[in-house]
Amino acid sequence: MKQHLLFLTKQAVRMMLLLICVSIAAFFLVSLSPVDPLQANIGQAALGSMSQEQIAKLNEYWGVGQPAAERFLAWASDFFRGDMGLSLLYRRPVSEVIAVKFANSIWLLAIAWVISGAVGFCLGALAGMKQGTWVDKAIKGYSLVIASTPAFWLALVLLMVFAVWLKALPVGLSVPIGMEAAGVTFADRIRHAILPALTLSITGISNITLHTREKMIDIMESDYVLFARARGESGWSIFKNHGFRNVILPALTLQFASISEIFGGSVLVEEIFSYPGLGQAAVTAGIGSDVPLLLGITVISAAIVFGGNLIANMLYGIVDPRIRKGGAGL
Amino acid sequence: MDEKKIILEIQNLSVSFQQYDKGFGRTDLDVIRDLNVTINEGEMVAVVGSSGSGKSLLAHAVLGILPYNSVLGGTILYDGEELTQKRKEELRGNEIVLVPQSVAFLDPLMKIGPQIRKGKNDSESKRKLDRIFEGYHLKQEVQELYPFELSGGMNRRVLVSTAMMGNPRLVIADEPTPGLHMKMVRRVMSHFRELADQGAGVLLITHDLEQALEVADRVAVFYAGTTVEDADVKDFAREETLRHPYSKALWRALPQNGFQFISGTQPYVKELPKGCPFGPRCEYFCEACEREIPYREVRGGKVRCISAE
Repeated sequence: MKQHLLFLTKQAVRMMLLLICVSIAAFFLVSLSPVDPLQANIGQAALGSMSQEQIAKLNEYWGVGQPAAERFLAWASDFFRGDMGLSLLYRRPVSEVIAVKFANSIWLLAIAWVISGAVGFCLGALAGMKQGTWVDKAIKGYSLVIASTPAFWLALVLLMVFAVWLKALPVGLSVPIGMEAAGVTFADRIRHAILPALTLSITGISNITLHTREKMIDIMESDYVLFARARGESGWSIFKNHGFRNVILPALTLQFASISEIFGGSVLVEEIFSYPGLGQAAVTAGIGSDVPLLLGITVISAAIVFGGNLIANMLYGIVDPRIRKGGAGL
Repeated sequence: MDEKKIILEIQNLSVSFQQYDKGFGRTDLDVIRDLNVTINEGEMVAVVGSSGSGKSLLAHAVLGILPYNSVLGGTILYDGEELTQKRKEELRGNEIVLVPQSVAFLDPLMKIGPQIRKGKNDSESKRKLDRIFEGYHLKQEVQELYPFELSGGMNRRVLVSTAMMGNPRLVIADEPTPGLHMKMVRRVMSHFRELADQGAGVLLITHDLEQALEVADRVAVFYAGTTVEDADVKDFAREETLRHPYSKALWRALPQNGFQFISGTQPYVKELPKGCPFGPRCEYFCEACEREIPYREVRGGKVRCISAE
């Protein structure tokens, strides 16, 4: 029990340090950006027609001229008290903006995460078991092609095929245009999420597949599989008794660690499909110098990714008897 | 001696690996050539050779688990019939069983009980394993352990238990006692002796001649991928009753016989001499040794040496 408490405390401290570092990095990157928030958000023409007092007020609103360190410390002290500040662009509390965007994104991310994990695992395990056969070559070939395909390009191709040519799916957004919020059905939401989720899944699959395949090949070449074959086991029996058991552990770790990739991928994909999620909000906040929103999103994303990795770590302890039973830790 | 039935007969077995060199060259590495071993029912035959002589491959060849880039030659007869790959796959794990070197050959993430039962959960398999464990004085709780939790004394018996799940008629033990002290070795060997006494043929693959002499009925001496002599254990009592110069050298290297070593090392498969592989280290070396050496009967044993008589 004491051991577990120590572990959790350690992890919590680590997470705090990570979040502090990430927010500092994000903040100073934004403050180094040459984008003038006034010009970016109000426009050259509008700025020209404003009086000096108005511009001074706007400058104060966007924090122009204030020392960066001072602004960061002000933000950080508020954040520690639970106040994530106001989004300068949306003029609403950052926490509220993130909650809305996150609710949109989570389905996209979750579907892509589950599909890429499940399909990637199956393909990788199959390819690894059948190493060298045409099945393996086909799966490996597919994965390598997809792994070297940029997500945004794939998104554009899918968009062209399904939305423009076949007109089977909507071009973008998360709900139909011009419809009242009350009239939006669950089916509408699903239809709008299909293409972006598909893009994220397809690009996520190859990574999981290739890693699972490698691991599976190692297992198939291990002494214990050799011995299992010497004992008359083959094919399905080897997979059921030895392959699955040994490959699931690294696969789970990979799956939880891949949250960061899905998250990263969602930024581009949401941009292309104009999907109003967390990724798109991050881009908008970055370009528009909406520092509180950007920092809020950065910190939340970092926390989620950290959480994923933490779960992966803890799963090792639960699934692997060598660690769970506390004997010979690896 | 009454005539016992031959269970395994290996005639001129060869195992070679295809190796690709830089460019387009391909060489065939003959790791085993002209290996001849015969095992009768109820007999324990030790194949003795130093490491790198290709001993483990012999076990893998009989079980049909050689790597895919290897080529198998010669004939293996099991129960009088040719042992084809298909037959190996049918028989292995049941009639033909392997006892591996160490628990590293067990799946680290599978509990001992289910692993020995190959995942089978029917009551018959369970009863059988319970009986086997009783026979080897293993507590039934051991079935619930993972391989890493076994103690040194347990894991030998667990490994032998894996062989007993089938109905073994041929047991192949591949270096079953690496790094064990003599008391343990004797105990492990007694398990194999027991199997032989119950009627199975036991092929013991080892580098330790002393050990082999204690338990085996016959010893096949293996040098650089070839069997150079097949002799009864009692022939090892004196140097004169042995036939091949390498066997004699091994005999002289035993502690009780003076611990004498001969110079030189076993040649690597790529640099094998013509004719007799032992030629360059042999005191009786002559020109004729560079030609094909027949495997012939001499004084009730077999030898691959032209000067033996």
